[in-house]
Amino acid sequence: MLDNPSYIIDTFFAIFAMVLIIFMVPGFAMLEAGLVRTKNVTSVLTVNVMIYAVASLSFMLVGYEYAFGSWDHQDSISKYAFFLFQMAFVGKVVNIMSGGVSERSRILPLALFTIAVGAFIYPTIVNITWGANFLEGTMFDISGMADLAGSTVIHSTGGWALLAAILIMGPRRGRYKKSGAVQVIPASNIPLVTLGAFLLWIGWFGFNGGSVGAISSKENADAVALTIMNTNTAGIAGAIVGWLLTYFTYKKFDVTMILNGALGGLVAVTAGPDQYDIYTPILIGAIGGALVVWFVPLFDKLKMDDPVGALSVHLVNGIWGTLAVGIFVPTVSIMAQLKGIAVVGAIVFPISFVIIYIINKLFTLRAGDEEQQEGIDYTECGMEAYPEFKRSI
Amino acid sequence: MKKIEAIIKPFKLEDVKEALVEAGIEGMTISEVKGYGRQQGHSELYRGAEYVIEFIPKIKIEIVVSSQAFADVAINAIKDAANTGKIGDGKIFVSDIQSVIRIRTGEEDEEAL
Repeated sequence: MLDNPSYIIDTFFAIFAMVLIIFMVPGFAMLEAGLVRTKNVTSVLTVNVMIYAVASLSFMLVGYEYAFGSWDHQDSISKYAFFLFQMAFVGKVVNIMSGGVSERSRILPLALFTIAVGAFIYPTIVNITWGANFLEGTMFDISGMADLAGSTVIHSTGGWALLAAILIMGPRRGRYKKSGAVQVIPASNIPLVTLGAFLLWIGWFGFNGGSVGAISSKENADAVALTIMNTNTAGIAGAIVGWLLTYFTYKKFDVTMILNGALGGLVAVTAGPDQYDIYTPILIGAIGGALVVWFVPLFDKLKMDDPVGALSVHLVNGIWGTLAVGIFVPTVSIMAQLKGIAVVGAIVFPISFVIIYIINKLFTLRAGDEEQQEGIDYTECGMEAYPEFKRSI
Repeated sequence: MKKIEAIIKPFKLEDVKEALVEAGIEGMTISEVKGYGRQQGHSELYRGAEYVIEFIPKIKIEIVVSSQAFADVAINAIKDAANTGKIGDGKIFVSDIQSVIRIRTGEEDEEAL
């Protein structure tokens, strides 16, 4: 017989969930590598590796204790496993931001912002929602917000930081013509985009399923299974709506939008997958997918250039997903959800804006027009991703 | 000596090559090019924004032959093999070649062809 069986099983489950979440590292990497032009692929991949390493280390050395108060704040599973599970999320927040400013960011300044997120910005948000909560008892206490796996804590946080970055850095060179028309910059590798999106999808099973926190009782086992099922349902609803909506709008199927729709559905269900019945996620994911299909061209109209659709997938759906719990779960108040959304936005957006502004001014985060023309691979990495193929314009 | 440049539709390459080999032409160079003439481009869609592809992929075949007789043979072979009857079949250009050198042996002009 095992001694301390629930400790062991739950520790194992936390580590298993963490491994699934780490599938999101190649997930983001392949998604972004496929969506940018060949001349920027190497640098995008370099950034992805950098983010995972730097964000995780910043969190381990500084952010984790800041978020949770101490390494010994719980004893139902191994403290190392608890840390690992939490650490798996950190890089994702930065990935959301870096994806949206691809093809025009320089690597070292981005690393500086990564440290800021991993050591300070993200742990602040974890602190006031899942962690030690230094706002406890004050009027800004949002620990009552229902957000199981981070529609707000992860996705909106990354989304707000991205919004700040896009406003400061502006669009890619040549993206918006003087006439107001959009210069199309097509994806360089659709197979990679597809692979990346599906890896993210698999990662979500750990992202949401693991956030239940334990599996070692019948109740918890059911909760985990329900959570993963609802997560998956929202993804497929988002994909189907993305598929149908792009067809009815444009008479053509755009696989990048369909995949973004699925991801939007996954983000949208992330706040409350453990609390919904098995059918509600169909609606939540469907609306998530629709929001993506509407917002992607809308952001282009506003001249907010987002090569990967991260604003639509993560910021818009992070907000929708958090509200959805208040709408569909009777025991959760919409006001509590709204308050959580507002407080997080009010913290993350201004702080990110100031930090990115300073980093850009001092270290030049935005690659200049000539650098963008050569390709960030050439200027920052000195190597090409596809040396035998012609480079793009 | 004559140079023959032919712009043809990419999927016709095999047919044209077979026809040239059958006609006795022993070597050729091809490149992948883009271009348009009367065949217009088409529009594509990406994430809600439309864009026009104006330049259409084509194949350019270059051959150098030793006499007008061979040139005529080659031209006829290309013309027949590359023809689909639809717009965009391409064009053949003929020009004079000043000199030819075989790199390996140094042979010149007609001996090098």
